[in-house]
Amino acid sequence: MQATGSSQQPLLSVEGLRVEFGIDRSVLRAVDGVSFSVNRGATLGIVGESGCGKSVTSLAIMRLVATPPGRYAGGTIRFDGQDLLSLPESQMRRLRGGRIGMIFQEPMTSLNPVYTCGDQIVESLKVHGDLSPKAARDRAVELLDLVRLPSPSKRVDDYPHQLSGGQRQRVMIALALANDPDLLIADEPTTALDVTIQAQILELMKELQDRTGTAILLITHDLGVVAETCDEVVVMYAGTVVEQAPTGALFGDPQHPYTVGLMAAVPRIDVDADRLATIEGSVPPPWQVMPGCRFASRCPLADDRCRNQPPPLREIAPQHRVACWHAPIEGGTA
Amino acid sequence: MTTPSPTLLAVEGLTKHFPVRRGLLRRTVGQVQAVTDVSFEVGAGETLAIVGESGCGKSTTGRTLLRLLEPTAGAVRLEGTDLLGLSAGQLREMRRKMQIIFQDPYGSLNPRMTVREVLAEPLLLHGVATQATLRAKIAEVLELCGLSAFHAERYPHEFSGGQRQRVGIARALATRPRLIVCDEPVSALDVAIQAQILNLLRRLQDEFGLSYLFISHDLGVVQFICDDIAVMYLGEIVEYADRPTLFSHPRHPYTAVLLEAAPSLARRKSRGYRRQGIVKGDPPSPMNLPAGCAFASRCPQAQDRCRAEKPLLHDTGAGKVACHFPL
Repeated sequence: MQATGSSQQPLLSVEGLRVEFGIDRSVLRAVDGVSFSVNRGATLGIVGESGCGKSVTSLAIMRLVATPPGRYAGGTIRFDGQDLLSLPESQMRRLRGGRIGMIFQEPMTSLNPVYTCGDQIVESLKVHGDLSPKAARDRAVELLDLVRLPSPSKRVDDYPHQLSGGQRQRVMIALALANDPDLLIADEPTTALDVTIQAQILELMKELQDRTGTAILLITHDLGVVAETCDEVVVMYAGTVVEQAPTGALFGDPQHPYTVGLMAAVPRIDVDADRLATIEGSVPPPWQVMPGCRFASRCPLADDRCRNQPPPLREIAPQHRVACWHAPIEGGTA
Repeated sequence: MTTPSPTLLAVEGLTKHFPVRRGLLRRTVGQVQAVTDVSFEVGAGETLAIVGESGCGKSTTGRTLLRLLEPTAGAVRLEGTDLLGLSAGQLREMRRKMQIIFQDPYGSLNPRMTVREVLAEPLLLHGVATQATLRAKIAEVLELCGLSAFHAERYPHEFSGGQRQRVGIARALATRPRLIVCDEPVSALDVAIQAQILNLLRRLQDEFGLSYLFISHDLGVVQFICDDIAVMYLGEIVEYADRPTLFSHPRHPYTAVLLEAAPSLARRKSRGYRRQGIVKGDPPSPMNLPAGCAFASRCPQAQDRCRAEKPLLHDTGAGKVACHFPL
């Protein structure tokens, strides 16, 4: 990990986070005891399949989970020393779009269609700063230029529908970066985009990070995107963290059978294969009660202990944590 | 092209232009040139992949050759029969031999029909099953696709995404077609489920000698499933080659850009990887195509000739490429 703040405390630290949803009379635990931290200037990836709780985790950090039906059932989220879960809503609003920027997957629905791109950036600048209308507009043009939107002084007056998908995502990034955030939360920022545009956006995020020192929390299902952009990775499965490691260690020496299976299932352009390795079965529904490891029903290594006792997340190498009774596995099973 | 097996599908000069109508009188003010002069062949038991980004015309190509959309020009021959000359009745006969699997298993199954009803329709319509053999036929095709006979009584919403795509495949497979157009069949699925579905498609191909026209934007998926690849950009094929040739030695700059842009587990930030050759900008509008090469505005090695003169698809010995200065 390339921590710029060296021995300082992490910028964001999430400890034992639990988020529940009350559906009818049952309780559905979408995030169940998740812990990780993000250092200043670093990029942490959270990777997992649909329903693993990665997006709910990111929404919880911004305290955007709708309550009810959602409920923060436990744990702490510390951002620069402040506990976000106990912060009054007014202060939370100052953080959102201020010191914490956000980018969502769908740039069409996350921009307001009835305001121009410029208006939306100006609004954010006015809420968080004290700029004159003229200065705010100049800053909006500057930001659009920063994210390489062509002819920004003209585009600032365009409505979102006048832009392409990639251009809209650039506007979203400009908006997220408007107030020089310390942390940028990007939830599947390139999933809706074509690969050549995805490459542009990922490169842009990296460049802006080099320039501004913003820490990035990148939520994605794409292991390739993680490999290319993250310093550290958290792998989630069914609401829990199953493995956490620096990117090199995770891809070079995956230790959780789920991580191993996920990587083997990716069809690769550099490998010829007759058959793809698969993970049998599917993710258990979140209402299913499992006394042991949640992956046990699909795991080739599962035994009685796995089915009955949940494995704790423990460190098996420096900064490499795995929640598996069988870790460390010899040489991996990939 | 290396096609040792007999040609099943031959497409020649396929073109589909959509008129753009504006104003009170809905006058035609322009054309969206979705697909222009596309030609390719698919051998029996083989897979041709069409790759490209949104709006390149790959889905329109698939739908037009099945005559789900009427082509503007061109010829499509399946087992020697010209599909474009067929009457509606004859075409229905032919549909037994050519089926399609869609991307979105949520949107492509009727929510009010059970799986039995979804599968019974093509089976009875094409005379593959009679009322007497229907139950057995449905069970058989479900089991081929990794489902069970009891799934027949369920509605689409009772399935997971992967299972729903299996139902979509069962529906396509029910009439025992020769050709299946697979339009992004795994892009909506999680990677572990995607691997299951891709393995299933490969197994069915081996078992029944199916030919696939596999439409995808994901080069990893294409690498796994196909024999030949056609790369499309703005409605035209810009490169056409067999899989090993295209992946090891792309000739069109756009193909090279696509390969470079595909995220890969092997390229890691921790190893100091930094992406090279990112193209700038977006593709031009298909309503207003440039005079020269359509890729010239984004191409890293475009020259004056590229902007003035349109490159034609020509033979390179190992494939075909439409570029004045192939790599």
